[in-house]
Amino acid sequence: MMNELLELLRQNARLTNAQLADMLGTTEAAVAAEIHRLEAKGIIKGYSAIINDELAKTSEVEAIIELRVTPKRDCGFDEIARTIMMYEEVESLSLMSGSYDLSICVKGNTLKEVAMFVSQRLSALDGVVSTATSFVLKRYKEKGIFIEEEEKDERGLICP
Amino acid sequence: MNYEKILSDRVRNMKPSGIRKFFDLAAQMDDVISLGVGEPDFQTPWSIRKTAINVLERKRIVYTANSGLMELRESISRYLKRKYNLTYDGAHEIIVTVGGSEAIDIAIRGLINPGDEVLIVEPSFVCYAPIVEMTCGVPVPIPTKEENKFKLTAQELREKITDKTKLLILPFPNNPTGGIMTREDLEAIAEVLRGTDIMVLSDEIYSEMTYGRKHCSIAELDGMRERTLVVNGFSKAFAMTGWRLGYLCGPEPVIAQMVKIHQYAIMSSPTVSQYAAIEALENCDDEVQHMVKEYNVRRRYLVEAFNRIGLTCFEPEGAFYVFPCIRSTGLTSEEFCSQLLEQKQVAVVPGNAFGESGEGFVRVSYAYSLKHLMEAVKRIEAFISERNQ
Ligand SMILES: Cc1ncc(COP(=O)(O)O)c(C=O)c1O
Repeated sequence: MMNELLELLRQNARLTNAQLADMLGTTEAAVAAEIHRLEAKGIIKGYSAIINDELAKTSEVEAIIELRVTPKRDCGFDEIARTIMMYEEVESLSLMSGSYDLSICVKGNTLKEVAMFVSQRLSALDGVVSTATSFVLKRYKEKGIFIEEEEKDERGLICP
Repeated sequence: MNYEKILSDRVRNMKPSGIRKFFDLAAQMDDVISLGVGEPDFQTPWSIRKTAINVLERKRIVYTANSGLMELRESISRYLKRKYNLTYDGAHEIIVTVGGSEAIDIAIRGLINPGDEVLIVEPSFVCYAPIVEMTCGVPVPIPTKEENKFKLTAQELREKITDKTKLLILPFPNNPTGGIMTREDLEAIAEVLRGTDIMVLSDEIYSEMTYGRKHCSIAELDGMRERTLVVNGFSKAFAMTGWRLGYLCGPEPVIAQMVKIHQYAIMSSPTVSQYAAIEALENCDDEVQHMVKEYNVRRRYLVEAFNRIGLTCFEPEGAFYVFPCIRSTGLTSEEFCSQLLEQKQVAVVPGNAFGESGEGFVRVSYAYSLKHLMEAVKRIEAFISERNQ
């Protein structure tokens, strides 16, 4: 049941246990127990909403920063990642394959704030070779969901 | 011009599809949530589209052999063996058609003489009876019942057989009921047919959409291959409705005749689609499985939801439809559908559009996202509870 349950929650974390039970062909109690188990094991780390920030009028700015760093002997990229991870401004952080090492999503109130964070906090870190900052202008799709418009159904209303 | 006089009587006498009227009504309204279509909501898997793009870039798009690309027919042959243990020779026993629709058309036209009776299991897809009538055959409906999970029983079949019976149309997994026939169910039907001259047209277009058990084709049973034509296609399993591709399989002497109709009416099926179809059959099992899994989640949700609302709904084991009974509302199928459309802007299809025995039911398609289905259920629930006040 785990994979199917996770898939459903990934699409819509607000489904009730009763709805999930119907969809999975099981009981409400079994769903509740499974969710509890997944939370306890840390497989489900949390639940969040997908928000159209434009409409919500949150005036935050968001940037993606590509960081190149020199890995440390014995601990590779983990040490610097753990440091960066602690900054509140950092929304997400991933180790990447390819031409740079860490991808960091940073949120702040103003462009300047984000730029300052990059130049004063990130660039100054030991081992950072270079940073490249790009600001997010518009989000079209997030977690499989179209942000601005509904997906269009090109099919007719009724057909046999 | 007096067109009434000019047109063929047979065409003028054809009934317009029962769905048409309802479609016109729905088309005039805004904000309609439709659960009315019989085609997948999924996009055709990428590797299939990619194959088509490559073909467009690199090949000349010319006619193929009348029966279809040999490579595709061989691929169909392997696929049918692997999936349903059917044995058809790609060179002589398979025609690649313009959808399952054309396969049905040429099969009926190829078999029926004026006056021949064609047994049509109902409720079912809308095209069989009109095609039979066009060939001056006589459609004989065999109504199936909810208490039998809309299966065809040997008893029901036996009662309708006369010495004029030429063909049985066996459409399972069924549109609109979602009913299926298991191997045991089919064995009982085969028992009635063996030793007769009755042919079977087995429309298996939904064969990949079964939930809980694998599809069984009647052609696999002892003594049935020689009297069966199998229709299948790409529309449903691979979400390829617009590619217009299907196939007809049967014994060589029959297929050799039917290919003549196809040759004169169609020449050859769409070439780009044929190349893409090879990719579908050879490399898309995972994609199909993914879609079927998703349909299954929706199916379970809808069955529970309708039963909770009080529109009792037997558990369909195939296709992508549920077929709840609406008799508890005191409305006819058409009244139910038009009132639901007018009051709540939800479109479902009246069961009687698929044959008289569909009266008292509505067809609800779950070829829609869960989000869409949940909104529709909310509206239907409100419709029912307002009626009950
Ligand atoms: C039972 C059945 N058979 C055949 C078809 C025809 O499908 P196609 O011509 O797209 O293969 C349909 C389509 O809705 C169907 O429901």
